[in-house]
Amino acid sequence: MDAVRLLGIRAAVAIPLTVAISAAMFWVASLSPFDPLAAYLGSNYQFATESQRAAMRAAYETDMPWWRAWWQWMGGLAHGDLGWSSTQSQPVATVLTERMPFTLLLSGAALLTAAAVAVVAGCIAGMRSGGVIDRVCTGVAVVFAAVPPFVVSLALVLVVAVGLRWLPASGAVAPGADYTVAGVLRHAILPWVALTVSQIPWLLLTTRTAVVASTQSDAVRGARARGVHGWALLRGHVAPVSVLPTLALLGTRLPELIAGAAIVETVFGWPGMAAVLVESAAALDFPLLAALTVGAALAVLAGSALSDAAAVAIDPRVRIAA
Amino acid sequence: MRWPWIVLAVIGLAAVGIPLVAGEQVADFSVALRPPGVGHLAGTDHSGYDLLVRTAEGLRVSLLIAVVCAVVATVLGLAIGVAAALLGGWVDAVVMRLVDGFNALPHLVVGIVIAAMWRGEPLAIIASIALTHWPAVARVVRAELLAVADAGWIQTARLAGASRWFIARGHLLPAVTGQALVAMVMLLPHAVWHESTLSFLGVGLSPDRASLGTLLSEARGDVLSGAWWTLVVPAAALIVTALAFAAVGTLVRERHRPPVGQVW
Repeated sequence: MDAVRLLGIRAAVAIPLTVAISAAMFWVASLSPFDPLAAYLGSNYQFATESQRAAMRAAYETDMPWWRAWWQWMGGLAHGDLGWSSTQSQPVATVLTERMPFTLLLSGAALLTAAAVAVVAGCIAGMRSGGVIDRVCTGVAVVFAAVPPFVVSLALVLVVAVGLRWLPASGAVAPGADYTVAGVLRHAILPWVALTVSQIPWLLLTTRTAVVASTQSDAVRGARARGVHGWALLRGHVAPVSVLPTLALLGTRLPELIAGAAIVETVFGWPGMAAVLVESAAALDFPLLAALTVGAALAVLAGSALSDAAAVAIDPRVRIAA
Repeated sequence: MRWPWIVLAVIGLAAVGIPLVAGEQVADFSVALRPPGVGHLAGTDHSGYDLLVRTAEGLRVSLLIAVVCAVVATVLGLAIGVAAALLGGWVDAVVMRLVDGFNALPHLVVGIVIAAMWRGEPLAIIASIALTHWPAVARVVRAELLAVADAGWIQTARLAGASRWFIARGHLLPAVTGQALVAMVMLLPHAVWHESTLSFLGVGLSPDRASLGTLLSEARGDVLSGAWWTLVVPAAALIVTALAFAAVGTLVRERHRPPVGQVW
């Protein structure tokens, strides 16, 4: 019951927070020295005369104060209208629905595999802490934590796509081809590996630390004294107090997952949402940028709320603290 | 255990020394994309510049920006954290909601938005990194101050008639400087990572003020023609720097570990 109450409180906090974040976004964008008109006109911007620009400004209403633009955006939102994306020449809602499946597929698959690999490796390393496997796992994880996702991505492109020519280096389908399940999956392998590798180190180290801490607890020492060992010890005594709480933390990792996805999608030309983030920010594509940032903030809030709720539900030792 | 400091010193020396020794560089397209060998130890980039020199120059830019970011974020976080803890009441409440608000934003997304809107401005990159990282420092400083405020030695000082200012200067400030220093060092690898990512995504520094991220973004195209050294050399510099900062951070943190269970 505590978990449900916690979700309720978090949802109540999230609404004003999201509204504030969206307003702050519009305010920051209004301070930018770039003329949003350039986003509409593209390369024609340089050739437009001052009077033409003024006319366009009036037509597209790009010179209204930020709070009015924000209020209009909120009004549209209330009717389910997210506005028109000038960089994609599509309604924002269409951009999101077309790209959402790609991002969810890639991020979801990467998060699941990363969690599976990290938990297994973290348990093995933690149960035999100080052993060879532990030292190798910890060392690799510490080094890979320092490797940015774009270096991993470029290295994969260099070795697998350019060197070995096994897999395509970019896109979600071969140029000119139709979208087929097999084709998309084939193109997804490299981004998936890159994103997975970038998410593993933190999870592995956290799992390992939790497992080590629990193997040193009185409960586990007692179980070992009774003769419980190996798999039974891990499943019955160590994992419930170490692995489950670590998995519950997954939701709080959403900012890193979003950052990783943005980088990996950009390198591999994956047609997801994160890839248009940079484009929309660079071209001051307000409606799309607002939808993406507010969406990302909502996802982060939801992730951390679900994480905390899961921790409360799983672990009776965790007490609710608003 | 002094090796992280030594590695860091070598990195710093290389970043400053190599461009000085090499002198003015000119683009020479006739030697573009040469693999590592005699003459060009780390090969050349697609404009014919020596990659080792260019990496050292990029390292210098990356280090400079990272240090400035970490200092600005720490000072900001320290000031705000101290204000929140000492003033309390509504100031504290507002600050903590602000911290929550910043934590609800994916840092890279904020970085991309700010850096893209002031494209190519080093100030925008510094601002975007400092702005997303002060909340972590402020939270640590505030928690530390609140924990220390009722400690035995401070109550004793108060009973002995010490003034507010004396306690703040003599007891509270030393209690948080260690933590703030640790937070600053721990921010360094983050700042390197952030700056290089922004530059890599094309919203960071321009190629004429190349950082490691800019070099790696150029490597994106060169890698497709098999020029592995354009990726390996800047990437190695970036990874070694991040690891050295992280190792130094661990050392500093262990030295400044707050006394556990010590009431006095």
